[in-house]
Amino acid sequence: MTQIIQQALNAVQLGSVYALIALGYTMVYGILRLINFAHGDIFMVSAYLGLFVAGFLISIGHVPAWLTFVITILASMAGTSLIAVCIERVAYRPLRNAPRVSLVITALGMGLFLENFTLATLKAEPRKMPPLIPVVNMDMGGVSVSTIQVIIIVVSTILMVLLDAIVRKTMTGMAMRAISFDKSVAPLMGIPLDRIISLTFAIGSSVAAAGGILYGIAYPVIDPYMGIRIGWWAFIAAVVGGIGNVRGAMLGAYILGFIEIFTPLVLPSSTYRDFVAFSVLLVFLVFKPTGILGRPSVQKV
Amino acid sequence: MKRLVTLGIIICVAWALAGCASQAGEIKVGCNAELTGSIPVVGQSCKNAALMAVDEVNKGGGLEVGGKKYKIALFVEDNEDKAESAAAVAQKLINQNQVLAIIGPNASRNAIPAAAISEASKVPMVSPWSTNPKTCEGKKYVFRACFIDDFQGVVTAKFALNNLKAGSAAVLYDVASEYNKGIAEVFKKTFEQSGGKIVAFETYTTGDKDFSSQLTRIKDAAPDVLFLPNYYSEVPLQVQQAHKLGYKGKIVGSDSWGSPEIINLGAADMEGHFFSTHYAPDIATPVAQKFIKTYKEKYNGTPDDVAALTYDSFNLLFQAIKTAGKPDRQAVRDALAGITKFEGVTGALEFKGTGDPVKSAVILQIKGGEFKYFETAKP
Repeated sequence: MTQIIQQALNAVQLGSVYALIALGYTMVYGILRLINFAHGDIFMVSAYLGLFVAGFLISIGHVPAWLTFVITILASMAGTSLIAVCIERVAYRPLRNAPRVSLVITALGMGLFLENFTLATLKAEPRKMPPLIPVVNMDMGGVSVSTIQVIIIVVSTILMVLLDAIVRKTMTGMAMRAISFDKSVAPLMGIPLDRIISLTFAIGSSVAAAGGILYGIAYPVIDPYMGIRIGWWAFIAAVVGGIGNVRGAMLGAYILGFIEIFTPLVLPSSTYRDFVAFSVLLVFLVFKPTGILGRPSVQKV
Repeated sequence: MKRLVTLGIIICVAWALAGCASQAGEIKVGCNAELTGSIPVVGQSCKNAALMAVDEVNKGGGLEVGGKKYKIALFVEDNEDKAESAAAVAQKLINQNQVLAIIGPNASRNAIPAAAISEASKVPMVSPWSTNPKTCEGKKYVFRACFIDDFQGVVTAKFALNNLKAGSAAVLYDVASEYNKGIAEVFKKTFEQSGGKIVAFETYTTGDKDFSSQLTRIKDAAPDVLFLPNYYSEVPLQVQQAHKLGYKGKIVGSDSWGSPEIINLGAADMEGHFFSTHYAPDIATPVAQKFIKTYKEKYNGTPDDVAALTYDSFNLLFQAIKTAGKPDRQAVRDALAGITKFEGVTGALEFKGTGDPVKSAVILQIKGGEFKYFETAKP
């Protein structure tokens, strides 16, 4: 029994990180109907940004640990959203009226660009994320809970609640939903299309950046290819939950977290993880392409 | 127009002549290294040692073969730590660069496909670091400068049983990588045959970063020893996560741990653990001391086992070329197979009919942030 609780806790930790990344996929898809395949690599870039900021703060010294953590996460979020806005401006906006396939290919290319640019400038050598949070293991009746797990779950919950509130309660959120509903009519109602799209990229990427820092703290080895696998898993999470739906992405992410952790327990080897995850994706695409919480889209003639 | 053509022809002829001129008195050697990909430190060490070994020969006027001095021309190519690229690099070195012999690749997952190419083209190949039996198995042109997984699996299993007094062990290994898989299986076999019990035999796939699922199972099985025959970029994450989940037992690894990066990435979590490897910088022989000193001066860092083995591979090849008396692929292959006495940085070795040398292993411990010699395991 304690093993199951322990594994469930591991799954929630992983699911929280996936959720933060899946949100970026789902928000961008919701507005542009674009699967931003560069998103996993934006996540990778954010982890590197965090690495440099944290390294700098630690090198100047005299900064308390909690402040280092807060500054690192905020700086990485700001930096990453700036990069994402630039990417949108340079690579996606000129193609807004192009066929959707062109946009998806551009996104794939952007991902490759980020990977290889990082590889060329920072080298392939995996780097160590400095320990931002002192690790304390608490033993709760046979279940080991670390401070890192607690912080990951708490921070990601706060961000998810905040994001949900932004989308549902604010004017900006309403504008986003309006664009998602009909991109051609929304500007006629006085909604600044470009600004809202840029803002969506910024918010989605900054949430992924928070995920990048938290992931870097939990798995402190950072390399230029770290975004690929995570990006795919978060993408599956977004589709399973219902792409375009913010709450669905969170739900899907936790489902994927549980798949990743429990597959090796049920099946003989962890090698089946990706097999199970992609099978789930296929099953959803065939039987419920809109995902768990997604609404069927109506094709207008 | 006519004049232009004549000029073109003259340039072409001059070019060809110049090419010939530079080729005379030159031996071409290829180096197939993992410069990018998941283990770039391995590729860099290999390249450093290769440049060093070749420089030493060239500074001394070249390699004397059959009364004639030859300069060594080195071609270092990146195989991106991918099996298909490693094979492509081997093809390129053989067909395009026309090398006499190839050193590398290092990781078994790259060395095995590259070895097949070398064997088919009858080009001698020496892998410095590939310990999987399949690399040289049934091949006449493929050699290595290191011992094989079977030996390392046996050494680590015996070490866990006898020195660490372990009655039970758990293994976590990368099922997608030849090296990790081979060594894990031999460890399991030896450990069980010698009366130990394997309580968990868990797998993951290259690139995984979360091992909490497998490690939770391992922790619940409560082994005396955890065996992690995995690469240096992944081991720190595994050890950290094992500690986070409350595992407090001993941890043992294989020669893939042998990069100082493992201490840099894993810090305090790596302290006190053991691994088997090819050489120990702190008990080295005069040959090794000289190598270490030169390497430190040149690259400003302690050479790891890949550097030492690459250096040995080059010197093995040079010795074989000298014995062969001519820069000919077949003759060099025969001379390599006939080496019975070679004093290298990683100790003495000899070949007995196969591409696998007979040599000993050492067990190192990570202590105070450094690799420290613990004991020697004879073949």
